Amino acid sequence: MLTLEIDGQRVTVEDGATVMDAAHRLGIYIPHFCYHKKLSIAASCRMCLVEVEKAPKPVPACATPATNGMRVWTHSPKAVAAQKGVMEFLLINHPLDCPICDQGGECQLQDLAVGYGQSAHCFSEPKRVVADKDLGPLIATFMTRCIHCTRCVRFLMEVGGYQELGQAFRGEHSEIMPFLEQTVRSEISGNIIDLCPVGALTSKPFLYRARTWELTRRRSVSPHDAWGSNVIVQSRFDQVLRVLPFEEESINECWLSDRDRFAYLGLDSTERLTQPLVKRGSEWVAVEWETALQVAVNRLNDVRAQEEGGRVAVLAHPMATVEELFLARTLAETLEGECDARLRQSSGRADSAREGAAWLNSTISEIAAFDGQWFLGSDLRRHLPLMAVRVRTAARRGAYLVAWSWVADEWRVPGLEWSLWTPATMGAALAKVALVVARRAGDDGALPRWVAEWAADAALSEEGTVALVQRLERCQRRRIWLGEGLLAHPQAAELEFLAGVVATRIGATVGWLVEGANAVGAAAVGANGAQSASELVAEPRAAYVLLHAEPEDFLVPQQAVEAFSRARTVVALSAFASASLRETADVLLPVTPFTETSGSFVNIEGRVQPFTAVVRPRGESRPGWRVLAALTTLLGREARFASTEAVRGAALREGWRERLATKPIARPPVGVPALERVEPAAVFRWYQTDPIVRRSTALAACTEEE
Amino acid sequence: MLSQEALARIDREIAKYPPGKKQSAVMAALRIAQEEHGWLSQEIISFVAEYLEMPPVAVYEVATFYNMFDLKPVGRYKITVCTNLPCALSGGEHAADHLKERLGIGFGETTSDGLFTLKEGECMGACGDAPVILVNNRRMFCRMTRERLDSLLESLRAESEEKGRR
Amino acid sequence: MTTLRLGQMILKDCGEKSWRLADYEARGGYQALRRVLQEQWPPERIVEEVKASALRGRGGAGFPTGLKWSFMPRQFPGEKYVVCNSDEGEPGTFKDRDILRYNPHSVIEGMTLAAYAMGASRGYNYIHGEIYEVYERFEEAIAEARAAGYLGENILGSGFSFELYAHLGYGAYICGEETALLESIEGKKGQPRFKPPFPASYGLYGRPTTINNTETFASIPFLLTMGGEAFHRLGKPNNGGMKIFSVSGHVNRPGNYELPLGTPFAKLLELAGGVRGGRRLKAVIPGGSSTPVLPAAVMMECTLDYDSLAKAGSMLGSGAVIVMDETTCMVRALERLSYFYYEESCGQCTPCREGTGWLYRVVHRIERGEGRSEDLDLLQRVTTQIMGRTICALGEAASLPVQSFINHFRDEFLHHIEKKCCLVPREVQRAGSEIAVEA
Repeated sequence: MLTLEIDGQRVTVEDGATVMDAAHRLGIYIPHFCYHKKLSIAASCRMCLVEVEKAPKPVPACATPATNGMRVWTHSPKAVAAQKGVMEFLLINHPLDCPICDQGGECQLQDLAVGYGQSAHCFSEPKRVVADKDLGPLIATFMTRCIHCTRCVRFLMEVGGYQELGQAFRGEHSEIMPFLEQTVRSEISGNIIDLCPVGALTSKPFLYRARTWELTRRRSVSPHDAWGSNVIVQSRFDQVLRVLPFEEESINECWLSDRDRFAYLGLDSTERLTQPLVKRGSEWVAVEWETALQVAVNRLNDVRAQEEGGRVAVLAHPMATVEELFLARTLAETLEGECDARLRQSSGRADSAREGAAWLNSTISEIAAFDGQWFLGSDLRRHLPLMAVRVRTAARRGAYLVAWSWVADEWRVPGLEWSLWTPATMGAALAKVALVVARRAGDDGALPRWVAEWAADAALSEEGTVALVQRLERCQRRRIWLGEGLLAHPQAAELEFLAGVVATRIGATVGWLVEGANAVGAAAVGANGAQSASELVAEPRAAYVLLHAEPEDFLVPQQAVEAFSRARTVVALSAFASASLRETADVLLPVTPFTETSGSFVNIEGRVQPFTAVVRPRGESRPGWRVLAALTTLLGREARFASTEAVRGAALREGWRERLATKPIARPPVGVPALERVEPAAVFRWYQTDPIVRRSTALAACTEEE
Repeated sequence: MLSQEALARIDREIAKYPPGKKQSAVMAALRIAQEEHGWLSQEIISFVAEYLEMPPVAVYEVATFYNMFDLKPVGRYKITVCTNLPCALSGGEHAADHLKERLGIGFGETTSDGLFTLKEGECMGACGDAPVILVNNRRMFCRMTRERLDSLLESLRAESEEKGRR
Repeated sequence: MTTLRLGQMILKDCGEKSWRLADYEARGGYQALRRVLQEQWPPERIVEEVKASALRGRGGAGFPTGLKWSFMPRQFPGEKYVVCNSDEGEPGTFKDRDILRYNPHSVIEGMTLAAYAMGASRGYNYIHGEIYEVYERFEEAIAEARAAGYLGENILGSGFSFELYAHLGYGAYICGEETALLESIEGKKGQPRFKPPFPASYGLYGRPTTINNTETFASIPFLLTMGGEAFHRLGKPNNGGMKIFSVSGHVNRPGNYELPLGTPFAKLLELAGGVRGGRRLKAVIPGGSSTPVLPAAVMMECTLDYDSLAKAGSMLGSGAVIVMDETTCMVRALERLSYFYYEESCGQCTPCREGTGWLYRVVHRIERGEGRSEDLDLLQRVTTQIMGRTICALGEAASLPVQSFINHFRDEFLHHIEKKCCLVPREVQRAGSEIAVEA
C-alpha cells in the first residue's frame, strides 16, 4: 500500500495504482479525455496533467504511478496552466458546430471547455477538415470533431477483441478510420458512441432526433438476452428515443450490446398492436377489451369442453416477465393445459433429467476468474455479447480457453482455441473425452454402452483428447459451459450427461448459457413443463395461448405456423401483429413490451431485477400480467393482484433459488440414443431473437450487411 | 498476389523475430510487396495482413505512418529529393528545381510517360553529401550537381528502355 | 566520394574498401570481445569500465551509458534485448551512416559486448529506411561475423550466445525516439510510449531492453581495449572520449570529423575548410536541428562538448553541426525546420499534434510576409504550451528551434513582419545555397 497526498488530502492506494486512481479514491476530478477506467492507458490527450512535487514537468495523472510520499496538485497554477494549454490545442481545430452537434449537452469537450477554455483564441489559420467514415448502420461519424483520444480504437481492440479501427496517417493528418471499404462489425460497437468524448461518433438512429436535455430518463433492464444488462431508457412524449447502459459493474460493467442498445427501434414498428382484434371469418375486427377477452375465454372454454385435458398449451417467450410467466402458468393450470417458455429447445428431456434449473451456476463477475474454460456449442459473441467481453478479460489474464462451436463465426477472443464441429461430430468427440477421462478414473464400466458407440466415431485423437484434458487440469478454476446451441439440441440431455462425466472427473463445474431474458425466471416460477415449447408445437395441441411469442421465435418456425394453423383456437398476447400471427391466430390481445409495464427478470446468474414502466402503454395495449390475470379470472379462477410486486411475491417464493442446478445431469437419460446426425439444431439467428429485436430497422440493416 | 521469391524474402524477415512475433515483419513485408508492385494497393495490404495474421487496419496504420510507403501508384522511378535545412543550404532546393524543370513536373507528380515521380523528402541522414537523391527508396545518389542529375535521368531512361526491350 | 574526412577512432583507417571483417580484424577488431570471453570477465566489469569512461549517449540525449546499462536487470529470467538505434534522421546528422558502411563490425562487436554485459541474447539494429544500401551492407557484415563465430550460438566457444538482426525503418523521424523505435520493431506505428516503465524493465516485446546509439555501441570495443579511464582522458572530465561531428551547410568541406570532446568549434570549422566562399559565419546549430541555434559570436567561443554547449544555451546533441553564413535567411531556415517537425509529429499527443502545425503555419505566414506584430509572442506562447507536456521530446525538438531563432535573430523576424520582406535579398539567399560540390 502507498500513501500519497493530493491537493493536501492524504490517501492510501494499492501498489501499482496511478495518480488518477488515487484522485478518484478522494473524489477529486482530474479533467481527461483519453483516459477511461476500462481501457488501456494512452496518456496522449494530456488533459490530465498535474503538478507533482520535485517533478520538473507536469505529469499525466492517468499514467503516472503513485509513489509513497508523493505530493500532487491537480489544480495548482502550474497544473491548470498545463490543462488550459492542452484545451487550447484541442479547440484550435475543433469545429464550432455545437448547436448542431448531437453530443451538445453531454459533451466532455464542451463541459471541460467551460472550465478550461477561453472565450476567444488566437488561432487564425484554416481549420482542419476530415472526411467522415462509414461505420455501418449504427454509428454516424463527424470526423472533423475527432480529438484523437483513440478510445474507440482501444475499445474495439481490447474489449471488442479485434482491431477494426485504427489511427491512420500521422501527426495532424491522423485520422481514425476502419480499413478501406470496411465498416465496424463488432457486436458491441455502439459503446464507442458512449466512449467518444466529443460528437465525432454518434448514434445514427438517434441522429437529430432530440436534444439530450429534452429526454426523460428511466432505469430499466434489457429484455433481449439473459444477461440482464441495466439500461437507461430515454424518451420524449412517450416515445423511446434512446437506450444507454446504466453502469452495473457486476453485470454489464459500463457496456451494452448493440442488440440491447438499438432494439428499441422495434418498439415503433408499424406492426405495433394497439387495440384488441378478433378474427371474424378471415377479417380482423377491432373490438373493445371486454369483448376480446370474452371471445378468448369462450373459445378456450369451447376447447376445454370438447377436448381431453392437456390439449391447451400456453407458450411464452422467455423475455416475458416473472409476473407474466407466473400468471401464464396459472392460466395453463386453469385450462388444465401445459405451459412452457423454452421456445428454442428441441426437447425438455435434459431439464427433466437434471436436478434443478439451468443457469450460469456462478456470478457474472466470476467468469473472468475461471482460468480454464471449455465452451460447447455456443455462438457466444452473438448469443451473450457481454459474456464474450468477460471471457476476453479471462484471456488477458492468461486463461486457457477452448470453444467447440458449430457456427462458423469466431469469437474475437485472443488465444481462444476455437474449432468448428457439427452437432454429430461434437457429440462423438465429447463422448470420446468422457470415455477417456472415465477410463483413466477406472470407472468407464459404469458408463452406458452408447457412450463408447458414440466415441467410436470421434474425429479426435487420443493424444488430442489427453492434451485437452491435461491442459484443463492444470488450471485452478475449471469451467465447462453448455452453450445455447447445445441446449437446443435434440440430444441435449446426452450431451450434458457427457459433459458432466468429464466435469466431475476433472474437477470442473458446469454452467448453462440459457437463452432469453427471463429463462431462469421461467424455470424459477415453474412455467416450464415436461415438454419444451418446441415439442408442444411438434405435437400440435387443440388451442394455444401465446405470450410475446410469434412463430418466428420458435426453433422451427414453420412447425409453429403449422401447429397454430391447425389449432382450433390461438389467442395471442402480443405487442405486435406480425403477418404470421394475423394468419394463424384468432384473437390478438395487445400487451405492452417491457418499456410500458413494470415487472422483473431473473437473469442468467439468478439475480431478480425489477423494473418499472418507462412510457405509457401504446394505444389500448395493457400490461401482459393484467391481461393474463383477467383471462384467468374470467375462466373461473380468482387471480387478482394489485401490483407486479404482489405477483412477484406469489411467484418467487422463498427457497426458489434452491431449485437452481449445481450439477449437470448425473444419471443418463433413459432410452438408447443413436447419435443423431442432425443439422445444427439452433444456428443462432442474429438480431432475430425476439419480436422487438426483429423489428429494429437498424439491427436489420446490420444483418443485411453481414 | 506476391511472387514466390517475394514470399521467401518475407519469410526470411519473419525469421528474424521470436516465435509469435510475425507482426514485426510487417514493415519488411510491405516494403517487399511495394518493391514488387510499385505501390501498396488495398489488395496488397489485405494480403499482407492475412499473411502476417494481423487485422488489416493495423497494417494500414503502418502503411500510412511510414512515408516511404506509397499508397498511390508512382512512376517507374520515384525520385526523392531532400530539401531539409542542411541540404537546402547546400543546393538541395536548386537540385529539386532542376529536376522539376527537366521533368516538367512538381513534387508529388508523375511524368506523363509514367517514368518518373518526384517527391520532396525529409532528412535521409546524408546531409554532408547534399544534394542527395534517393531512387525507388533504394539507391542513394550524393552530391548531385545539375550535370550529374542530367546524366542520372539519362541513365534511368536508358535502363528503363533496356528493360522494355527485354 | 565520401563524407568521411577525419577518423581517429571508430572511423580510423576505414572506408569504402576496408569495411569487411578481415579489415576490421587487421585494425584490431574483435580483440576486445575475444579478451572478455577468454578471460571470462564478470559482466559487471564491463559496466564498470563503461562507467569509468564517462561515455555518454551519442544519439543526442547524452545520458551516461554505464548508468543506463546498470539499470538492466541482469538476473531477470527470460529474454532480454539490446537494440541499436541507427535510425539517423535528425537533420544535420549523418555519422551513423558512415560508421555502418565503413566500420559495421565495430557496431556488431559493441552490441555483442553490451549483450554480454547485460545478459541479453538477442539484438536488433534499427537502420534508417533511406540508407538501404547501408542496411544491405550491415546484413553482409552480420553474415561475416556469424560465419566467423563472433555471433550466434556459443560465441568463440565461450558458451555465450548472441543473435543479431537488422531491421530497416521506412521513413519516420520519430522512430529515432527509443520507445517509438521499439514499437516499430514490434510492427506497429512508431508512436513513443509513456515512461515509466522504461525500456530497461519493459522494452521490446515487454522484455528488459537497452537501446543505444550506433556511435555509442561502436565506441565500446575501443573503450574496452584502451580502458575506461584512458577513454575518458581522450576527452575532458565528464565528457569522455571521441565524438564524430557531422558538419553540414555553408562550409567548404562538409563531412564527418572524429575529434576528442572539448575540441574548440573554431578548430572544427577550420578543419571543415572554413565558411564557404570566404563569407561571414552567421549562426550554427551545434547538435542537430533540434538543438537551439547559436549566433556566430557565441559559437566561436565554444568548445565541442556537452557542458560547454549547455552553458552557451544549446546542446551537443548528436554532434551535427549545421553551419549557416550571412546569406541565410533565419526565418526561412526556421520555416523549413518547423515544417519538418510538423510533418514528423506522430500525432499521438495533443500539444505536439496540434502545436507543431500551428507553429509551422505562423512561421510560414511570417516568411511569406503575412506576419502580424503579435505573432512572435504567439509563437513563444505556443512553444511553452508544447514543451514539457508531451510523451516524448519531439515537442521540445520542435519548440527549441523556434524559441532560439526568434531569441537570437528577432530583428530578422521583425523585418519580415514589418517590411513584408526578407532582410537578406532572395537572390543572395539563392546564390548562397547554390550546389557547391568540390571537384
